[in-house]
Amino acid sequence: MPERELKKKPAPQRREEEVEEAPATGESGTKIKAELDELLDEIDDVLETNAEDFVKSYIQKGGE
Amino acid sequence: MAIPKICGIETEYGIVVRGAAESNPISSSSLLINAYLAVLEGERVGWDFEDESPGNDARDDARRLAIAPEIETHLVNAVLTNGARYYVDHAHPEFSAPECLDAAEALLYDRAGEEILLRSMAAAKHLLPEEQEIVVYKNNSDGKGNSYGCHENYLMDRATPFASIVTHATTHFVTRQIFTGAGKVGSEMPGTRRHDLTFQLTQRADFFEEEVGLETTLKRPIINTRDEPHADAQKYRRLHVIAGDANMSEVATFLKLGTTSIVLAMVEDDAMGDPISFARPVPAMHQVSHDVSLSESLLLSDGRSMTALEIQWQLLERARAWADRFGLESVGEKVGEDVLARWEDVLSGLETDPLRLADQLDWVAKYRLFDGYRERHSLEWSDDRLAAMDLQYHDLRPGSSLARRVGLERLTTDDEVVHAVSEPPPDTRAYFRGRCLARFADEIVAANWDSMVFDVGDTSLQRVPMLEPGRGTRSAVGPLIDAATSASDLLERLRA
Repeated sequence: MPERELKKKPAPQRREEEVEEAPATGESGTKIKAELDELLDEIDDVLETNAEDFVKSYIQKGGE
Repeated sequence: MAIPKICGIETEYGIVVRGAAESNPISSSSLLINAYLAVLEGERVGWDFEDESPGNDARDDARRLAIAPEIETHLVNAVLTNGARYYVDHAHPEFSAPECLDAAEALLYDRAGEEILLRSMAAAKHLLPEEQEIVVYKNNSDGKGNSYGCHENYLMDRATPFASIVTHATTHFVTRQIFTGAGKVGSEMPGTRRHDLTFQLTQRADFFEEEVGLETTLKRPIINTRDEPHADAQKYRRLHVIAGDANMSEVATFLKLGTTSIVLAMVEDDAMGDPISFARPVPAMHQVSHDVSLSESLLLSDGRSMTALEIQWQLLERARAWADRFGLESVGEKVGEDVLARWEDVLSGLETDPLRLADQLDWVAKYRLFDGYRERHSLEWSDDRLAAMDLQYHDLRPGSSLARRVGLERLTTDDEVVHAVSEPPPDTRAYFRGRCLARFADEIVAANWDSMVFDVGDTSLQRVPMLEPGRGTRSAVGPLIDAATSASDLLERLRA
């Protein structure tokens, strides 16, 4: 299908980047996981303390 | 040739009063906006004639509002010196950003709107009992089937057949959801239960029931036909787009505005090529939003099937061909280049590794965060803690907003945003509106999108029509406004 072909010709610049990135996947995957863990630790302090009440009380009128 | 894609965003914010047993959203929205206006003192002016005596009570004694906001009878309606309109719409505070020349500028004024809401919340705090706080949310749904909008507006050539806009814009609105979606836990589709779905790409798709129509509050259509150009109706159309989410991500807002501007300019240039039409557009819109894997094929009216991602690649390819042939002047040369590059980058990311876009797209940022939290605490998707996080993502307060903690890429700077809170965009009629308000507020009785009415002490009021959205720019009228000693003097100079 022609639509598939289109995706196979990204700008050359883009292609180079992908090649460079490829070998680092494992390492960057670990890094991403660590970042997410850090983020989850951080937000624990700011999350709504009573999620059930908060969700229940968040009622809006339709708009527009 | 396509005309300049002057554009802008209007956002209705969700509003709650924390610490209050119950609250009326209309009065709390009024209180919020009046509190901001009271701080601005002197900047307030009525909108059009319906509000000729703009209730001075608000700024004369702002504290009165804290005592009995419920007795506010007429809704707040203000025009700001940055050219925006800030008012109560239904039961929400709404910020309608000024007309902007391109997607980058419209993004900046959308962010300025957030800053104005934040300042309003701070101002309102002084008017409420200590334990209470007004908090606004830049989202589009309360998770209980009630939706409020984030609308885009684009200036279009009246000569372009509306049927052609409907055909091609529908293709884009259904499929752009893969990068414009702000993400949502669960479903709000009529006839479904909340947790029939775990997570979907958009806040809004569940609320769309028609292909084309005039409604915005019920039976919402993918293409809204409101024909209110706020400009010379012989020459222009304002395409009022209600099919988008309010984005916290600047990249998402930029792409939403930028890709849509390009598609509409292509329609004007008759450069879209063969339509890619859905057999059933409304179900297709739901299907795209509900498919986090981005792999489902959508049935086209010619019998073929394509995924939303494949269709977006096709639109990008056509956009590049259009840009080569017609140039990018109508959407801004540099901005247009940037849109095309980022468009390709997000499509590549969505195709190969969507999580790579967690710093660019709201739905990806949300999904990554919620899924990580869910795994860590062994929760079901139906857990209230995830629904709470879904709301809290859109909390505007920097300390509470989850969106402000996930590392979203910035395209604006804080300084630019602060500047845009008070200064109008320089290259549209919003400049004239905003600067006149900044200099001659006392002599203005009404300001509207397409006119200003001055009271210069004569027997009759002086109306200045502004039917050309691209006129009244800084380069055209800046020196005149700066040099004028009064509104009367300005009107003399304009006539000269």
